[in-house]
Amino acid sequence: MTAPARTAPTAPHARGAPDRRDRLRARGFAPVLMVLGALLLVSLTAGVAIGSVRVPPGEVWGIVAQALGADRPSPPRSPARETIVLDVRAPRVLLGAVTGAGLAVVGTAMQALVRNPLAEPYLLGVSSGASLGAVTVIVFGVGLFGPVSLSAAAFAGALLTLLLVYGTARAGGRITSVRLVLSGVAVAAVLSAVTNLLMLTTGRGNEAREVLAWTLGGLGGVRWSTLWLPGAALLLGVGILLAHARSLNLLLAGEEAATTMGLDVARFRARMFVLLSLVTGVLVAAAGPIGFVGLMLPHVVRLLVGGDHRRVLPAAALGGAVFLVWADLAARTVAAPMEIPVGVLTALCGGPFFLWLLRRDALRNTGRGVT
Amino acid sequence: MTGTGLDVDGVTLTAGAHHLVRDVSLTAGPGEVIGLVGPNGSGKSSLLRAVYRVLRPDSGSVRVDGADAWSLSVRRVARTLAAVVQDPGTGFDLSAREVVAMGRAPHKRLLDADTAEDAGLVEWALAAVDASDLAHRPVDRLSGGERQRVLIARALAQQPGLLVLDEPTNHLDIRHQLEILGLLRRLPATVLVALHDLNLAAYHCDRLYVLHEGEVTASGPPEAVLTAELLAEVYGVAAEVAVHPGTGAPQVTFLPGEPAAAARGRA
Repeated sequence: MTAPARTAPTAPHARGAPDRRDRLRARGFAPVLMVLGALLLVSLTAGVAIGSVRVPPGEVWGIVAQALGADRPSPPRSPARETIVLDVRAPRVLLGAVTGAGLAVVGTAMQALVRNPLAEPYLLGVSSGASLGAVTVIVFGVGLFGPVSLSAAAFAGALLTLLLVYGTARAGGRITSVRLVLSGVAVAAVLSAVTNLLMLTTGRGNEAREVLAWTLGGLGGVRWSTLWLPGAALLLGVGILLAHARSLNLLLAGEEAATTMGLDVARFRARMFVLLSLVTGVLVAAAGPIGFVGLMLPHVVRLLVGGDHRRVLPAAALGGAVFLVWADLAARTVAAPMEIPVGVLTALCGGPFFLWLLRRDALRNTGRGVT
Repeated sequence: MTGTGLDVDGVTLTAGAHHLVRDVSLTAGPGEVIGLVGPNGSGKSSLLRAVYRVLRPDSGSVRVDGADAWSLSVRRVARTLAAVVQDPGTGFDLSAREVVAMGRAPHKRLLDADTAEDAGLVEWALAAVDASDLAHRPVDRLSGGERQRVLIARALAQQPGLLVLDEPTNHLDIRHQLEILGLLRRLPATVLVALHDLNLAAYHCDRLYVLHEGEVTASGPPEAVLTAELLAEVYGVAAEVAVHPGTGAPQVTFLPGEPAAAARGRA
């Protein structure tokens, strides 16, 4: 490499005082990951410990250790508490963590793939498509393979919706925020209407109630036997996205620039759409459509670690897990003994965040306008 | 190796029924700096897009180092050809350094980590465009000129044998314009660059191609191409062309008023 040997004097105006964000970033990636990891452990513990019956954190871990093969303590614990920790709360808290991590990671990738900071599965109608797929299976009772067929139908619904919304929003090789959000909203409205129609006309009251609770997003009622599917989808999604983190970065430069840096954009996007729909479908089938996690977490995480997907993806996964575990904890404790669907809570936080983001983007764009 | 040869042969590009570029041929020998000039809408950007393999020609061929660019994979082309395209901005908080590091992508496999060599190339590329002190700033908050330099650094980090640039001096102040064009001359690469400023093009390019309404009207060394008659015909302006005594390059001075009556009659 023959580097041109010259040292230019630097113009004073080119130096900018590093601001708060730059300093945050300079702290490095490893500490952020460690803090988030520790936070997740604390959150999981709290999620299991807190509830109508309080279990001290030490006992939580004692019960977990025992389940993993440690010796029984003397005096023995009450079996009721063991049941609460192991069979009721632990799977629910884990599903919350898996769902939060998955949604945050899907949102991160989706924002890169459509090159728009407002993209996320719920706002783009992808969750509604997944819901419709799943509800169809429930109502028509074709659930021969239990959670697998539910997830498969949700995946199909998610993929079709994503393709429809993307195709509508894209015109002349460009996607504007307005078109993207509007087509997402419109498609979601239609799909929700069909879902509601299906529920109201099903004639089987119990199932309708069950489906209604589920469409608001909730983590209750999960069992160990159904947890493996979301877990596997999360691992698959994070693994593949991390392997392609460099390509996701290239997309941020624009489609033409990404092509000149060796990325076959159309093919890559098609593959990633399938992957994101798969993860979204499985998560929605397990936990219902939970909105705004995929919108908020990527943005918050980028403030901490910058925009490189090799950093954003792992941090978003941990952050999303922490966020949803606490959201679910709040959902089942603030109005106890009544339980608020966790999707209602995330929308309460996410809606204002979305409006703020929309406004920030509008201001940025007018600021740039002329130059 | 001092650069990769480029042969554009009879390329025609259309958008619907409209011709963007018609039967254009162009060559760049290894190490040459070739300038592409012409008024707005003359087809410069379209021709460059065909060269950097984004716009597929309706007919004709683009050969990079003798091989047809469209029969090679995107990735394969990206290892020899880098482009600086008109910037659409990112909006995602990438730092300048992260943007420049993207240039290493075509040389990386799926799970390759960044090596010390990559880091060194990124540092070198930033320094080459006088942007080392921008490394940790988010590109979205740089000025137009600063961002342009970062994009050029990204192309340099790609270690191209052929560098294609679309108006790289846009937004740059005069000092950085001269520095960037001087840098292009010193690179061990062939350069194809679209430029607005005829005097900069005349001084820095080995040969010029003049595009007018999608066709090549003139080509050759700057002193042969840049004449008052050609400027009147292509740009519709009156101008005087003299040889600068210091640089030896042709120097264009635009004059007020209509071009001489000898030029193409205008309605």
